[in-house]
Amino acid sequence: MTPTNGEAPQTAVTRIDLLLVAGMVETGARVLDVGCGDGELLRLLAETKRVDARGVEISQKGVNDCVAKGLSVVQGDADVDLADYPDDGFDYVILSQTLQATRNPRKVLEQMLRIGKRAIVSFPNFGHWRVRWQLGVRGRMPITENLSYAWYETPNIHFCTIRDFVNLVEMMDARILRATAMNSSGAQIRVNAPWWAWNLFGEQAVFLLERQEGRKA
Amino acid sequence: MSAGASLSPFTIAYQTYGELNADKSNAILLCHALTGDQHVANHHPLTGKPGWWSALVGPGKPFDTDKYFVICSNVLGGCMGTTGPASLNPATGRAYGLDLPMVTIADMVRAQAMLIDRLGIDTLFCVAGGSMGGMQVLQWAALYPERVFSAMPIATAAKHSSQNIAFHEVGRQAIMADPDWRGGRYIDQGVRPVKGLGVARMAAHITYLSDEALQRKFGRNLQDRAEPTFSFDADFQVENYLRHQGSTFVDRFDANSYLYVTRACDYFDLAQDYGGSLARAFAGAKTRFCVVSFTSDWLYTTAESRAIVHALNAGAAPVSFVEIETDKGHDAFLLEEPDFLATTRGFLRGAAKARGLSDKGSDGA
Repeated sequence: MTPTNGEAPQTAVTRIDLLLVAGMVETGARVLDVGCGDGELLRLLAETKRVDARGVEISQKGVNDCVAKGLSVVQGDADVDLADYPDDGFDYVILSQTLQATRNPRKVLEQMLRIGKRAIVSFPNFGHWRVRWQLGVRGRMPITENLSYAWYETPNIHFCTIRDFVNLVEMMDARILRATAMNSSGAQIRVNAPWWAWNLFGEQAVFLLERQEGRKA
Repeated sequence: MSAGASLSPFTIAYQTYGELNADKSNAILLCHALTGDQHVANHHPLTGKPGWWSALVGPGKPFDTDKYFVICSNVLGGCMGTTGPASLNPATGRAYGLDLPMVTIADMVRAQAMLIDRLGIDTLFCVAGGSMGGMQVLQWAALYPERVFSAMPIATAAKHSSQNIAFHEVGRQAIMADPDWRGGRYIDQGVRPVKGLGVARMAAHITYLSDEALQRKFGRNLQDRAEPTFSFDADFQVENYLRHQGSTFVDRFDANSYLYVTRACDYFDLAQDYGGSLARAFAGAKTRFCVVSFTSDWLYTTAESRAIVHALNAGAAPVSFVEIETDKGHDAFLLEEPDFLATTRGFLRGAAKARGLSDKGSDGA
């Protein structure tokens, strides 16, 4: 099913991704979800982890949906409005399926690590074999179940691979506390598998990051 | 009072809609704007027009009078029954005029709190209002955080901007320049400064609309004529419209009252009362906030709403913020903007759930 333009694709895989993200959050924590869409993840966290849930969402419809669910959500843009949040205001700042749609992913990640003690980032892996197949063999911009937009209308302007992301985290002086990747059937890839295998078979990745103390991210 | 004077006794005129439930947990206080009054959802006794917030208040509307007990009072310094400059000063036997102590937003709110006490209500389920009403909402949340379960400051600001003070000053000077103002003693002398008050209203009205809205409504259209008359008649529709706004306003509003309420807005700077930090005004607030601004509102801009949100975030208050896309300017908060209605309905529904109010009709009744 192709989602209508402007809505995050909701597939079975993203559902599992929400559960994986939620699994990294401690009970009762203060959570800011950046690009929270219709508030599904926040509601899941509020119900299962009793978190103090806050969100930032760019679309009027998403904010309306969230507010109607009783969630506290601010209409805003991850690229601009995170600067308004005080240091260490949250235990976790989450960026779920939004990284690739930001104008400046590195700046957004830096802001997240400033605002939160920890950051959780989930994103579609552009290094997945199916993507490589479409680009490398067919010579076409990839369209998969996860990346369902045509190149000329996609909101996703900064795709990266799992390996790219790991490199960026190292450059930023942040630490990876936990990482997990899922293959196309939604099963988690073995933790002890090498990065190249993650990058080839992982369709989705979820990372739990922490600021390196000593130097501000 | 903020000005150091005391005012006793004083009268508050108010309207209520719907029914208070058994545990008094479903009361909503609505705060009116500069020239509004307590007639929020019933026909106005002087003009016969529908209440100023009929779009949002009533059975099945976002402020659902089948579910909530809605209260709206005329502000201190007003002219619809609450003590104001046109009221009788017991000390002199004449109208107060300018002898009434200067009224601040905080004074208005403290007076409302006394009314809420009198109604036997401890905690308000929601305090909501736009423009000067939004200032009262912020003041309520700062003065009585434990008495406000949820708050909706709409199309407002935590302090009055220089530009807003300037527009108000034009209005006040127009009133004072009217020979019938008589130094504020016009009531004793049986006259009214209707020309000055009309001009004040005309100037203010421009600030309530956006350039696009004026263009859309009037453009450069002529009023009932094919050619310009090359005179100072109201050739243009927009002139005619403003004159009409000015002349109808004077039938329902007192000129001195206009001086007092505009001044209350001008003096409003919430951060100033908290060591210059707006965040401190809301420190530790448990109140659930929903801040709303409108894209084409240049009187109370989105930037000013964002400053409120910023302060609330810094104080870790649960806050939602929505900017509604519209070309209707500041006045949009009074109108049926679908997104605004949906936001209000959703926020109240979420807050009602958190408050444990049943989703059926008036529970406890």
